[in-house]
Amino acid sequence: MQAAHCEPARRLHNGSMESEPAGGSRPFTTTSGVPADARAIGSHDAAVAARPFTTMSGVPVDAVYGDGPLPGEFPYTRGIYPEMYRSRLWTMRMFAGFGTAVDTNGRFKEILRHGGTGLSTAFDMPTLMGRDSDDEVWSAGEVGRAGVAVDTLADMEDLFAGIDLASASTSMTINGPAIVALAQYVAVADKAGVDRSRLSGTIQNDILKEYQAQKEYIFPPRPSMRIVTDMMRFTAEQMPRWHPVSISGYHIREAGATAAQELGFTLANGFAYVEAARAAGLDVDDFAGRLSFFFNSHSDFFEEVGKYRSARRIWATWMRDRYGATAERSLMCRFHTQTAGVSLTAQQPEINIARVALQALAGALGGTQSLHTDAYDEALALPTEKAARIALRTQQIVAHETGAANVADPLGGSAYVEWMTDEMERRATEIFDHLLELGGGSILAGVYEGIDNGYFVGQIADSAYRFEREVNDGTRIIVGVNAFTESDDGHQDGADLLRIEQDTEDFQLKRLAAVKQARDGEAVNRSLGAVRQAAEDTGANLVPPIIEAVNAYATEGEICDALAGVFGRYTEPAIV
Amino acid sequence: MTQPAAATGDPAPIRVVLAKLGLDGHDRGLKVVARMLRDAGMEVIYLGLRQTTGTVVAAAEQEDADVVGLSMHNAGHLALAPRIMRALTDAGLGVPVVIGGIVPEADVRTLKEMGISAVLHPGASAVEVAEAVRDAVSGPLGDRPARC
Amino acid sequence: MPQPGELLERSIAGERRALGRLLSLVEHGGAPADEIVELVHSRAPAEAPVIGITGAPGTGKSTLVGHLAVEMAGTGGRPAVLAVDPSSPLTGGAILGDRIRMDGVAAGRAFIRSMATRGHAGGLALAVPAALRLFEACGYGPLVVETVGVGQVEVDVTRTADTTVVMMAPGMGDAVQANKAGLLEVADVIVVNKADRPGADDTRRDLEHMLDLGRITGLAGAAQHWRPEIIMTTAAAGDGADRVHEAIRAHRAHLAETGRLQARRQARIRQEVLDRVTQHLGATASQYLSTQPAALREALEGHSTPAATSAKIIEHLLSNQPPG
Repeated sequence: MQAAHCEPARRLHNGSMESEPAGGSRPFTTTSGVPADARAIGSHDAAVAARPFTTMSGVPVDAVYGDGPLPGEFPYTRGIYPEMYRSRLWTMRMFAGFGTAVDTNGRFKEILRHGGTGLSTAFDMPTLMGRDSDDEVWSAGEVGRAGVAVDTLADMEDLFAGIDLASASTSMTINGPAIVALAQYVAVADKAGVDRSRLSGTIQNDILKEYQAQKEYIFPPRPSMRIVTDMMRFTAEQMPRWHPVSISGYHIREAGATAAQELGFTLANGFAYVEAARAAGLDVDDFAGRLSFFFNSHSDFFEEVGKYRSARRIWATWMRDRYGATAERSLMCRFHTQTAGVSLTAQQPEINIARVALQALAGALGGTQSLHTDAYDEALALPTEKAARIALRTQQIVAHETGAANVADPLGGSAYVEWMTDEMERRATEIFDHLLELGGGSILAGVYEGIDNGYFVGQIADSAYRFEREVNDGTRIIVGVNAFTESDDGHQDGADLLRIEQDTEDFQLKRLAAVKQARDGEAVNRSLGAVRQAAEDTGANLVPPIIEAVNAYATEGEICDALAGVFGRYTEPAIV
Repeated sequence: MTQPAAATGDPAPIRVVLAKLGLDGHDRGLKVVARMLRDAGMEVIYLGLRQTTGTVVAAAEQEDADVVGLSMHNAGHLALAPRIMRALTDAGLGVPVVIGGIVPEADVRTLKEMGISAVLHPGASAVEVAEAVRDAVSGPLGDRPARC
Repeated sequence: MPQPGELLERSIAGERRALGRLLSLVEHGGAPADEIVELVHSRAPAEAPVIGITGAPGTGKSTLVGHLAVEMAGTGGRPAVLAVDPSSPLTGGAILGDRIRMDGVAAGRAFIRSMATRGHAGGLALAVPAALRLFEACGYGPLVVETVGVGQVEVDVTRTADTTVVMMAPGMGDAVQANKAGLLEVADVIVVNKADRPGADDTRRDLEHMLDLGRITGLAGAAQHWRPEIIMTTAAAGDGADRVHEAIRAHRAHLAETGRLQARRQARIRQEVLDRVTQHLGATASQYLSTQPAALREALEGHSTPAATSAKIIEHLLSNQPPG
């Protein structure tokens, strides 16, 4: 074990670390304490440039092997930094989310005490869907279960009480109502006297993949894209350290897409945001450097590595050649990776540890900037403390024992990996061509059309069904499921699975009632009227009136209702 | 030949209302099951995501469902199952209910005591899924044999 | 199981479950279906307006139907909808997904029934009018039949309507395609949905042009009496549903004023009788071939042409089947 690798992070905030995408498909919540390091963000960053790198047997190794273009050189196929993990190890990001805002605040402070600087916020389902905790039809039984409930500014104030927002980096995994969460965050900073220009963090805000895969949408696609571009403009003008969109393929893959579809759909979504922002009058280099990606790492090792490598090459090439980006940062595809939750099996759950280890290795060899490893028992329920700890240890083994971090793009030059990289690009290009045809030369129009006519969900459902049939008829082996099964396969009876208590919901309902009681109802109505007005005026930016509304303690649900009154609510077509 | 099914004595296809209750947006399993049932010759009335007990009951009535299939993902089965069973009973519907999702063994017993006909786990094969629905139809709650 | 008569009493009293079951019986056909059709005859004077809505997949039919149901309910109607979708030709199964969008909008204001084509055009042709009468007998109206306007089966089904609405959207099922599919020929109201999209005005212009030139196949006769109104809508936002509703009512008033309502209904009854006769003869012929394989032998062995063999069989069947 090389002691130097265990040094705590010291170079966390030198630029690109701030670019971390908001991670996680499904936030994990525990009511019991999971070890601080499992929740800390960026707690390991073994960056000691001067240290000699050797194999376990003492053989010195170079930072990179093979021919150019080398890592750090256009088109970045081999990585975005010249020495990759030698200069900056990937961030071991584990999801946090914790009952009430007060509970999560306690966890945040613990992370900060342990030297972490990144705060990752997971919201509960009602919050993610723009519903208040007291919505009787939709929220009962779901409040605080999968993350923290944030109804009003009061909850966001609790969440960040006593935390210096000028030095913290916050990641918020929220999409449909992301504009409300951002407004609440800005309002907390305003009240604390922190200048908006000093706020740093990421909000997932990738609305396109919601219609394609994750389904956490509120409004129809076009007005939703207007919201996203309003946020891109607002952050570009007032919050230059903020990352307004994390373009996420993770959920597309989990919904059943192939690796090539994950790649093609995700990058197409990225291009669509670029086209939408340009159409709204933004200069590409003013925002492209703050876009980041979030990919899945599934079980076909070489396919995954090829996917990451081609993602970087395609993004750099298209950004330069099609969208005229010139800043180097605009060309770099930076991404977070999470192991494939959908690959975890309920049968013989312990063997999921091996799956996660291999998937984590694929992410590392593919050049990810940060990594989340799933807990082995997640196919059954929310992860237990022990399982979450093993997941973290798994990526620590990849980082510190395998030597994978010593050399940049160690698989580069392998005939198979290079072919796979080309093949992934070829297949993704077919998808771009189809979308360009659908959209009459515009990826953005093609993505809209593909959402409207069911192209994305249909393709994903086809792939999911094909996979399921292969597992069914045994042509694809899943260990423990259709081969190498055991009669007592470790299926848990539920005794030691984590369950969430009802207390959080009761607490939150009282909290919300108290806030509603104390606020000025007239001011709330006025501010919601202004939100509606801005929604009707396509020339207005929605962020400032929504900041006003959250300052009046209008709830997330009220603000979303006001927007829905103008934009409508989205129902998906039944493409099965 | 083209003629009404009854003239040839064929039974009508089994009709299944498929839905997901609650806010959770994971519909991969629901869609796969819809196709499995279609390919087993059944008619699936696909309601999809974010249905309430009210919309499921209305669909079961109007569509004359032989079976209601519900997907549950967020460990909400113990709260949601009694709600839907009560709503179906209140509407005078004795239609069998099959649940799919991540349900621990201990809870499967509880659900069956509540009157749920079957629980399907992720990874259930096409044959298992179709069998569970056919068994539910011919079980104590199903009135299939009397229909044709 | 309760008898059809009892189910009908319960349906008329407002029990949706009983009506749901009766619809299954008429859909399945055979003697129980015939019995129900007889039972409802006196209670269904065929006065409820029947509206057919068709168009290519993805044009927004279900969403518009949901909004129309809201309009109809808001003007004192009790709308019922039959949503017809194709069965899989391979397995006979079907995934029926129109209900989501319709009810997402109509929110319980309409009785919605999904119906699969079940691979036999004849069955559907009988089941749809029977289901519509059943709805009417139970106090429902207006009655809406939605089909995917891609096959002859679906186009035929919409012919059973008083008013046929053909839907298209820019880029999807546009004017030229709709014309080729024979859809414009049956259109009484034309809806161009997704009017906020690029190309919507072009689609409208194309349609006007076709109507002006009378180039639409078979339109020459009908167009003398009624030129279909073209209505631009954005169904997703509910914009335009009121105008479509108004156009449907205007068309119906026109039919009533000019006596064509009666003519259409008579044509419909004629068609239904023809369908039933065709159905019956087809079934009889099929049964004859199964039970009398000898009748086929000459054709199978090449001693006679299929035409000559069938002429013989027809003669035999008709001579044994007195009309009535």
